[in-house]
Amino acid sequence: MTQELGIITPQVMSIESPLTLSSGSVLPRYDLTFETYGELNADASNALLICHALSGNHHVAGLDVDGKAGWWNSYIGSGKPIDTDQFFVVCSNNLGGCHGSTGPTTTNPETGKVYGPDFPMVTCKDWVNSQNELRKHLGIDQWAALIGGSMGGMQVLQWSINYPDKLRHALVIAAAPKLSAQNIAFNEVARRAIMTDPDFHEGRFIEHSTTPKQGLAQARMLGHLTYLSDDMMGSKFGRERRETDLKYSYDVEFQVESYLRYQGEKFATKQNFDANTYLLMTKALDYFDPAAEFNHDLTKTLSQATAKFLVVSFTTDWRFAPARSHEIVKALLDNDADVSYAEVTSEHGHDAFLLPNDHYMGIFRAYMKRVLHDSLTITTTSEAAK
Amino acid sequence: MSLMTPEFKLISEWITPNSRVLDLGCGDGTLLEHLIDTYDVTGYGMELDPTKNIQAMQKGLNVIQGNLNNLDLEDYFDANSFDYVIMTQALQVVGRPDELLEDMLAIGKEIIITFPNFGHWRNRAQLLLKGRMPKTDTLPYQWFDTPNIHMCTFNDFETLCEDKDIEVVARTVVNTEHRTSFGMRLAPNWLGEVALYKLQRKSDT
Repeated sequence: MTQELGIITPQVMSIESPLTLSSGSVLPRYDLTFETYGELNADASNALLICHALSGNHHVAGLDVDGKAGWWNSYIGSGKPIDTDQFFVVCSNNLGGCHGSTGPTTTNPETGKVYGPDFPMVTCKDWVNSQNELRKHLGIDQWAALIGGSMGGMQVLQWSINYPDKLRHALVIAAAPKLSAQNIAFNEVARRAIMTDPDFHEGRFIEHSTTPKQGLAQARMLGHLTYLSDDMMGSKFGRERRETDLKYSYDVEFQVESYLRYQGEKFATKQNFDANTYLLMTKALDYFDPAAEFNHDLTKTLSQATAKFLVVSFTTDWRFAPARSHEIVKALLDNDADVSYAEVTSEHGHDAFLLPNDHYMGIFRAYMKRVLHDSLTITTTSEAAK
Repeated sequence: MSLMTPEFKLISEWITPNSRVLDLGCGDGTLLEHLIDTYDVTGYGMELDPTKNIQAMQKGLNVIQGNLNNLDLEDYFDANSFDYVIMTQALQVVGRPDELLEDMLAIGKEIIITFPNFGHWRNRAQLLLKGRMPKTDTLPYQWFDTPNIHMCTFNDFETLCEDKDIEVVARTVVNTEHRTSFGMRLAPNWLGEVALYKLQRKSDT
């Protein structure tokens, strides 16, 4: 039996010491907003960190104050594949985000004005470094597992490379070891849509009391397209029209147009996603390439990792196709690492990693059993969080 | 329910402790789990079926989901990365058994294969006397709906090995109860129903 988590109150960790970012810029101080579910056990051996995707945030499970369910609520809770009766689950909003963690919408302590476009570029590595502070803050010596899909999966990879001894298991879902030219190109089109919106004001739209809604909506429409599969769009919309007669105009005629416009609109207005955050996140994705520091040798890169891995891909995902997961699996196999790999059949494209699916859930439950087994057998070392 | 079949027990006898193993078509992982528990082997299972994948993963095994028909093993694994590459009862269902054998020999120092014998006297008798494709306990399928697309006899298999410079290190021929007999040793290609082969590349090649 599964049970819902109820209303979750986000927490904030404030770090008052400066953080040097990959770009060389320094953040004088920062906050990370996060949520937790379940109870941390006495030896802090049952903690999981969930890493969110591009437009996600820390609200991964349970309900927020407005009653909105977290973005992965079907997978996290009592009796669910990520069982909060057994695990202490943590999810934080990435640095540079717009849901509470320090980012472009935060006031710059040095100027007293909102950061906006002045917020420094962040990378996957910076996220991992800031999340490592959260690990210490929560008194966790080693995560039982890190779990992430898409951009979150890349963060998990980064963690396994940069802090190998701080995690026992790495669950890398619908991810890639780096973005392809096509991936970067899609991001660039999204950025151009935002940056050429007349309301963008070179990123100082908050100071102008406006937001580049059109650009953001277009960026989201494009992004959303890359999350769906051709098959799924065919079965969901086909060439279905809103009205029987053709209008021979540029108004919405096909259902798919209506759907995409709605998704864009919702993202740009109701979800109030910050355009600068969107730009930052896409750039962080573009920059992600951990092998660049190891002669572009992914095998050598992942030889740093000591975690056990579960890699999952979805058959109709063309944004980060199964072949991209194969690259990760191959590099891990080259290192004789403990790795399992599942290629889940789904018609939902990249989005599949968020949706219920029997095989996917079965794999998850089976693997989490292994994670639990390992956290129960771990000997309690005297060193709690350093 | 996972069951240690007699076939798996016979395979286990060929495994050196602490070796590195790849089990192709590992099913629910029964054999691999047994080898890990009993012989401290390490390694991976490979399985296409999602349900069996989950079952194998529940045993805490490293399972790679992959289709032996369109997967380049050499792309995944380096040469000689395993002491044993095992494949039970799957040779006859793959698209190109000959190519798969080569791939297995490239990544494993020794390979262990089991498959049913199409040359067993019952099969021969059904074809000879009834003029029909054989249906037996080992081969229960109708000809038009069978996963067994590449049946061979022990003699066929050994000819293939000879042509490919593959050395038969060991062979055990058994019946469906996985018992051997004097007759099976005398005329394996007539009386044996299932064969277990341990193979390696001929050392002079």
